[in-house]
Amino acid sequence: MTDAFEPVIIGFTCNWCSYRAADLAGTARVKYPPNIRLIRLMCSGRLDPTFVMKALAGGADGVLITGCHPGECHYLEQNYKALRRYLLLRRTLKGMGIEPERVKLVWASAAEGVHLAEEITKMVEEIRALGPLNWPAWKDGNGHQSPVETKAEEVAA
Amino acid sequence: MAAEQNPNQERIGVYVCHCGSNIAGMVDVEDVAKWAGEELKDRGVVVARDYKFMCSSLGQELIQKDIQELGLTRVVVAACSPHLHEQTFRNASAGANLNPYLTELVSIREQVSWVHTDKVEATKKAKAIVGGGVERVIHNEPLEPLHVPIHPATLVVGGGIAGIQAALELADAGYPVYLVEREPSIGGHMAQFDKTFPTLDCAACILTPKMVTVGNHPNIELLTWSEVTRVDGYVGNFTVTIRKRARYVNEELCTGCGICQEKCPKKVIDTVYEAGLGYRKAVYTPFPQAVPKYPVIDRPNCTYFQKGTCKACEKFCPTGAIDFTQEDEYITIPVGNIILATGYDLFDARRISQYGYGRLANVFTSLEFERLSNAAGPTNGNIVLRDGVTVPKSVGIIHCVGSRDRNYNNYCSVICCMQGLKFAHLVHERTGATVYNFYIDMRTAYKDYDEFYQRVLEEGTLFVRGKVAEVTDAARLPGEEGKLIIQVEDTLAGKQRRIPVDMVILSAGLEPRKDAKEVAHLFGISCSASGWFIERHPKLDPVATMTEGVYIAGCVQGPKDIPASVAQGAAAAARVLGRIQQGEIALEPIRASVDESKCSGCRICNNLCPFNAITFHEDRMVSEINPALCQGCGTCVAGCPAGAISGTGFSNEQILAQIEGLLLLNVEHPLMAEAA
Repeated sequence: MTDAFEPVIIGFTCNWCSYRAADLAGTARVKYPPNIRLIRLMCSGRLDPTFVMKALAGGADGVLITGCHPGECHYLEQNYKALRRYLLLRRTLKGMGIEPERVKLVWASAAEGVHLAEEITKMVEEIRALGPLNWPAWKDGNGHQSPVETKAEEVAA
Repeated sequence: MAAEQNPNQERIGVYVCHCGSNIAGMVDVEDVAKWAGEELKDRGVVVARDYKFMCSSLGQELIQKDIQELGLTRVVVAACSPHLHEQTFRNASAGANLNPYLTELVSIREQVSWVHTDKVEATKKAKAIVGGGVERVIHNEPLEPLHVPIHPATLVVGGGIAGIQAALELADAGYPVYLVEREPSIGGHMAQFDKTFPTLDCAACILTPKMVTVGNHPNIELLTWSEVTRVDGYVGNFTVTIRKRARYVNEELCTGCGICQEKCPKKVIDTVYEAGLGYRKAVYTPFPQAVPKYPVIDRPNCTYFQKGTCKACEKFCPTGAIDFTQEDEYITIPVGNIILATGYDLFDARRISQYGYGRLANVFTSLEFERLSNAAGPTNGNIVLRDGVTVPKSVGIIHCVGSRDRNYNNYCSVICCMQGLKFAHLVHERTGATVYNFYIDMRTAYKDYDEFYQRVLEEGTLFVRGKVAEVTDAARLPGEEGKLIIQVEDTLAGKQRRIPVDMVILSAGLEPRKDAKEVAHLFGISCSASGWFIERHPKLDPVATMTEGVYIAGCVQGPKDIPASVAQGAAAAARVLGRIQQGEIALEPIRASVDESKCSGCRICNNLCPFNAITFHEDRMVSEINPALCQGCGTCVAGCPAGAISGTGFSNEQILAQIEGLLLLNVEHPLMAEAA
């Protein structure tokens, strides 16, 4: 027996805006589906595209990237760098045969708890419609080992 | 032993908080703790407990006892948002001699129990979040906070009553203050008022002595006609650039005699201080008690600047203080802390066209009425119609104009009810006119306010409960000719009424300054959806902001009356004083650094840093990050193609491990399904 598909989404939030929006959604008891799990970064500019690959390779069906609205970055302009990386990342994903829609960028200020909750709800439905990514199963045998090897072993000098 | 399977040899304690029923009502916290204790044993979890209130002293002692008795090397607390209690649990760990940065707080309240409705799913998500926290904490490194000295000077932006109070508190305590004001004089909105509710003190009588003290204070450098254009640095060490607009008046020579204002031939409608009701000259001080006393020349309106001839002010100035060659000056000052008290703008009543402001002459805004009733105002305090002579026989005061209205602002502007009552009292006292107040709800909370309401009721002011639909001059019934007719549903009488009056006063709401967003961005803080600056905590930290070293006071945080603005000004100053007296501040050690042995010298990171914290050493062909300038955003860490830059507190290892941890349950899911 198989359960209905419930997507798992990893969300990256900025400490200054979207993480606070998530806090605000909580304090205001705004409801959204439990399919998302958030990670706090200091800034959307911290988002290494590797993190997205790691999440997808590790079993996530989608990745939500959130940051401050353009012009409102706590670190002046780093969200623009996140935007640039996001656009490149989508092209890369397409090249790898992954629907670029699985990765989404949303701006949410600290005051936009409701907006963030709505965007999460929307994304869960979009990913549900896309179906499971199931990247871990692409690799034979080795379970959920990430195809993107990020931790290079130090070689003793 | 389980710990042997943990490659990092860490001994981790997991603590799951019930938060009363806040978390336990939606998450099976016992199950989460049990799961962590069993399933995460091979990751180094040696103890997992749940407790009613982890943040209580008993909860903290529980952690401390385990650290000491079980030799924990890492702690994960699953409770509320780190923005609320991260420091609490870090301190608890530090109290048991565990480096505070080896403690991780993960949120299962704001991100789980408060936003989800399915207990099974919520519990599963809580487990995933705990899993993420455990995986992440293994990679946490012991850190020491960065100690930086605090510069003793403070920048106060905005010279209204809140900013004045803050500046005086700081200066009286013996510390230097820079008070920056955009207008030619300090005083703010309060300087425009005649009386203040509920005591009917004369606003000028209580405000101007404070203004004079500010002007004379040896510790206050007053920068009027000035604006902050740039803010660099961080708490304790801000560098602020201020544009001092050219006054065209030499402050060294000017005595403030006012002859230039008398002789200036150019009359200008004063839209700021006189709210458009009166005139000023092109060279002016906004009002006689202005601080500082030096006038400014308003360049766009000055005949000399526009037409090339005039210079009347220069000819008549007895001290030769007029200087048409002055230019804007940019000064840079170091300050340790910043208090923002930039105030509010009045709601533009033109936006509600059915109330007729701007179209019907005798519809006034609250600020216009303040000037009208002010003895120093354009009518010398005579309450008259727009023609300047006719005394009204009946006056309607409309409350909640632009407030508590979905079309404009949802919030209550707090002061308008009391302001409306004050107007009613003044009209009654000075003209004997019949006064109607049109209100939705009367809100007269706070000390002596309701007593004032009773007093105005007893004076015979009429109160009509209902939102006014329209103010019109189209007479339909006898007795309406030449009047303004207020069309309103009287919700207590349950009928429509048309009330003809001579004068209408719109008790307009308070709005954030038009440029609030730009100002917020300049100082690195945020605005709420309504546009007011966001405080660090709505109840427990109303004057601090999320940006260390930047405080807010007065209406910039939300609509409030004078006593509350003064209290906030003083509170913000007290917070700053506490900081200054510490001498130094401990900053979060979230910083990036370059491993020179891995740096290829590509210089990609150099352009990613907006704080110029990264310098390239041509000789060694490597980049280096200055930890004093680095703000810890981590963009360079993510951008380094060689992986040579690492960020403390948010390292690649920590985040990648957290991703793995969050997905742990899902990866196991198919296996568990096979087993089942």
